[in-house]
Amino acid sequence: MIPPAFEYLRPSTIPEAIALLQQHGDEAKILSGGQSLIPMMKLRLARPAYLIDINRISGIAYIKEEGGFLKIGGLTREAEIEASPIVHSKYPLLMDTARVIADPQVRNMATVGGNLAHGDPANDHPATMIALGAQVVATGAKGERTIPIEDFFVSLFTTALQADEILTGIRIPIPPAKSGGAYFKLERKVGDFATAAVAVQLTLDGAGAIQKIGIALTNVGATPIKARKAEDSLRGKKPDAAAIAQAAQLAANEAQPSSDLRGPEQYKRGLVKELTRRAMVRALERAAN
Amino acid sequence: MANKQLVKVTINGRHREAAVEPRLLLVHFIRESLALTGTHVGCDTSNCGACTVILNGKTVKSCTMFAVQADGGDITTVEGLIKDGGQLHPLQEGFRQEHGLQCGFCTPGMLMSSLVLLRKNPNPSEEDIRWGISGNLCRCTGYQNIVKAVQYAAKKMSEAKTQGGSNA
Amino acid sequence: MHKTSPEVGGMGHSIKRKEDLRFIQGRGNYVDDVNLPGMVYGHLVRSPYAHARLVSVNTEKAKKLPGVLAVITGEDLAKAGLAWMPTLSGDKQMVLATGKVLFQSQEVAFVVAEDRYTAADAAELVEVEYEELPVLVDPRKALEPSAPVLRDDREQKNNHIFHWEVGDKSGTEGVFKSAPVKARLDAFFQRCHPAPLETCGCVADFNRATGRLTVYMTSQAPHVHRTLFALVGGIPENNIRVVSPDIGGGFGNKVPIYPGYVCAVVASLTTGIPVKWIETRSENLMSTGFARDYHMTAEIAAEKDGTMKALRVKTLADHGAFNAAAQPTKFPAGLFSICTGNYDFQKAFCEVDGAYTNKAPGGIAYRCSFRVTEASYLIERVVDVLAQELKMDPAELRRKNFVQPDKFPYKSPLGWTYDSGNYEPNLKKALDKIGYAALRKEQEEKRKKGALMGIGISTFVEIVGAGPAHTFDIAGIKMFDSAEIRIHPTGKAICRMGTKSQGQGHETTYAQIVAQELGIPAADVTVEEGDTDTAPYGLGTYASRSTPTSGAATAVAARKILAKAKKIAAFLLEASEEDLEWEPGKFYVKGAPQKAKTIQDIAFAAYTNIPPGLEAGLEAVDYYDPPNLTFPFGAYIAVVDIDKGTGEVKVRRFVAVDDCGNIINPMIVEGQIHGGLTEGLAIAFMQQIDYDENGNVQGGTFMDYLLPTAVETPNWETDKTTTPSPHHPFGAKGVGESPNVGSPAAFVNAVVDALSHLGVKHIDMPITPWKVWNILNEKGIAG
Repeated sequence: MIPPAFEYLRPSTIPEAIALLQQHGDEAKILSGGQSLIPMMKLRLARPAYLIDINRISGIAYIKEEGGFLKIGGLTREAEIEASPIVHSKYPLLMDTARVIADPQVRNMATVGGNLAHGDPANDHPATMIALGAQVVATGAKGERTIPIEDFFVSLFTTALQADEILTGIRIPIPPAKSGGAYFKLERKVGDFATAAVAVQLTLDGAGAIQKIGIALTNVGATPIKARKAEDSLRGKKPDAAAIAQAAQLAANEAQPSSDLRGPEQYKRGLVKELTRRAMVRALERAAN
Repeated sequence: MANKQLVKVTINGRHREAAVEPRLLLVHFIRESLALTGTHVGCDTSNCGACTVILNGKTVKSCTMFAVQADGGDITTVEGLIKDGGQLHPLQEGFRQEHGLQCGFCTPGMLMSSLVLLRKNPNPSEEDIRWGISGNLCRCTGYQNIVKAVQYAAKKMSEAKTQGGSNA
Repeated sequence: MHKTSPEVGGMGHSIKRKEDLRFIQGRGNYVDDVNLPGMVYGHLVRSPYAHARLVSVNTEKAKKLPGVLAVITGEDLAKAGLAWMPTLSGDKQMVLATGKVLFQSQEVAFVVAEDRYTAADAAELVEVEYEELPVLVDPRKALEPSAPVLRDDREQKNNHIFHWEVGDKSGTEGVFKSAPVKARLDAFFQRCHPAPLETCGCVADFNRATGRLTVYMTSQAPHVHRTLFALVGGIPENNIRVVSPDIGGGFGNKVPIYPGYVCAVVASLTTGIPVKWIETRSENLMSTGFARDYHMTAEIAAEKDGTMKALRVKTLADHGAFNAAAQPTKFPAGLFSICTGNYDFQKAFCEVDGAYTNKAPGGIAYRCSFRVTEASYLIERVVDVLAQELKMDPAELRRKNFVQPDKFPYKSPLGWTYDSGNYEPNLKKALDKIGYAALRKEQEEKRKKGALMGIGISTFVEIVGAGPAHTFDIAGIKMFDSAEIRIHPTGKAICRMGTKSQGQGHETTYAQIVAQELGIPAADVTVEEGDTDTAPYGLGTYASRSTPTSGAATAVAARKILAKAKKIAAFLLEASEEDLEWEPGKFYVKGAPQKAKTIQDIAFAAYTNIPPGLEAGLEAVDYYDPPNLTFPFGAYIAVVDIDKGTGEVKVRRFVAVDDCGNIINPMIVEGQIHGGLTEGLAIAFMQQIDYDENGNVQGGTFMDYLLPTAVETPNWETDKTTTPSPHHPFGAKGVGESPNVGSPAAFVNAVVDALSHLGVKHIDMPITPWKVWNILNEKGIAG
């Protein structure tokens, strides 16, 4: 319940924050929304000697379409995504996802950047961003770079961010017409992490076949999983029930769930199959509209 | 003892400040440094919402923030609901009229979440209300009368609006 | 019974609660809100191991941390004879460990520091060396002859705590031998936890100058706790004051005395400074009074037409490392022998064995009047198993076997005398309200299409209001309860009771009883509970006992006052008592209603114009020894739909028809039902405190011990029938626990009913989506 002592630093710019990261190395942690970090500190599982609070840095919370991308600042709160008219009208997968992260109070503080940078496969945005084919924008001492989302999640709680880098933004390619997406999350109750969840984002061509598809899985492996075989099975095909069923089975096969308090491995695979099917159906409905 | 930092807030309309360790949780700052014990602690894993307060217009779990993060902020707690002159807020009335509380421990957090819910959505459906308070646990009421309490308040507040009165 | 006006607010009025005013303004006074000058904080160091020899406890580093006042160990307590304390079940429990630890999170040392944060830091600096020992988490394994002995402090060198039996063993065997139909159920009622939103805690304040110890405590039974502190701590009882201020939910969790309280008291006694100890949620879930953990087998012997003849029950009770069950002394398995339920069995036999394991000690009565939930769940499940065997409608089978109205007071084959009951109309009301016939039709149609829906019925009888002195005591103290009422000259009143509300609304309901009996408006009646310096001695609030005991005492005390009031009225009206009539609030002369004196007139006269021969004042106290328990009952029906793809069970509708006799405040009763049904829902579908083979707690925080939010909780449809208790002063029975007692079976019966056509006979709780999905998957119909 009571966190260990730390020194509190509150930089006003990103370069200041990066300098602090460099100075303190792995004794420091970035404090963004804090909704994952602070609970861990209260359990004394995380004991950073320095907390670098980036919440007062301006210019890194935004949701805007620009240059072919939906750009979201790393400090954007989940509640802002939930309330965004752009997200509501054009990015239903993202809206679905933001809505099921934790609960209303947590969403007021939790940030997209934190949700990704924490490297927790149980978080919801990783799979969604993979399905959307997003790019992570990382800012470090050497400047800004983009990291394809597929390369971002390295292993459990480890991302491709360097020690001196902060996740300052995420870029999602603006989907063309006839696109749709959906996120289906099975949780034991509101506020829980996913027992399993599936993110689907697709675009249909003029003939109604799948031109582009992203399928990714939450909390069924050490990292979020891009269900490549499932994707491959659908690309170029008309998504009839049989094709969807096959893709769902392939996604289930690609999952690497562990048995835990949320359920046994076999169940989670079964869920991946079922949720992939449901997410596909919903994504297609939305693509048609 | 670790370095202390001065935290200044406006809380329920009053300016307050105290020098605190950075690790002091906002809920302890409110309850102990500022002696406002209406906000409660019900768990240690940020699940129960009993500690919910309004910070800069948004509900937050005050057990999952450090007081230093709230520096310069504007906080409302349950103690701030009552109007000058002692008139109950429609939400407080609603909770009483509809029996939306039993032991009272979750009630402050519920009131805060409900207040912000009604500010954003003055005419919520039952489903909206249940989602709106989904970050607040109650062990006594089964939520049914809490939903009714919020509906009572929504009605009262919209009536007051049409009559040109003020609502919080 | 007279009807009072809404302004007076007697029985049956849903007056708004008086206690609400402070809670809605954030002005409640819970234990953690108590702040005394100079107060310091305590923090417990706990064992990470489930079973280990305690090799050494080194407190040097911790003591050196600036701000630390003391670190108390088991050795320190042992010197004062306090390392162990008695439990409410005649066992003993370690306060701080000496020799060994017996469950994960067992208390090992107590740090006292200037503030909470320093105390937490210091706790980490206490160095404890453990030598792990083999762990027992299965009570069946614990009873095997080769099992390691957990309690080497006991004379008896095994893990068997007690054997208890009741009923006619041979007679029951006889019926079973010849019965054409037998149904059997093995059911595990999982370990769960009351998890009130406020955790346990205290502020112990020993004042050296006055020699008085005041303990502010989350206590559902303040007087009993005071007496136990006196007996165990050797402090004169007149120098101890226990104050239960506002309590944020109890549900049984706040009945036992926990090591944290004792450590805080010891720390305050030694330092002379107030010491606050408030446990965290994890501590609450991992170490305080759990509930259930009963491995049960029930068998019914019946005729082919469904007449149930005999019941045989065998249960293994897992009590954890210490038998800290809060139980009336004569009943190591509580009132579990109510397991014959509402049915008229000829013969029955019930036996329970208790075992020690390396788990948290207990168990307490979690909103279940001492094991009644276990009993009710068992009988309602096995009756459904029988219905399935006989291919008989479960409502029909129940109706056929109900105890008939003309049999009351009904003596059950396991020794209880049910005061009153009328089960048929109660069930009928529920069936009509849910639209049972139409639902069965719908189920038939849905089954043809492969959809899964189920209807689950639970008709239960509760046994509450413990209890008559001839049979009931806790730690030797008889289970009466009390009320003291004093009327002031201006006709207002103050009352104090021996019970202690944790949200049940006593400040309102007891005032309503006084309003009913004396016609004084409930708004004019102040009710206080929980301060042992002022309240008359009582056994506290749990087991739905308040209305049956203190409620009764309140009525009886009020009637004593009324008797004196009548004398005063006669004096004032210059009439004889026989010529007076009473209606709530006033006496008047028969045939001359204008010649009247109000209770307010009478109260004033009691101080200003006292009749010769009478004492001044208008007050009374009553210690009520209930002649019997009371037996509320009900019929609950759940309708569920199963999502074949995910295994999720959705509760479509739930109807609850409760009968708790005469009702004081219908609004409050309804609120109790809502809350209890929600707890039942959680137990049926979401909750379990489990242990892995090394004794590590699974589900020790709210991340995994799941409490439903408003989203998971359905709307509850409630109704009632009214069958008063013949022996209670105003025919009431108590109701707080009925919903937690009766609902788990309704939920489970519904899910099993949804799957019965596939051959499913039983699913143990919690019925998680994955358990359901596994079944569907095995049958090839998942998805």
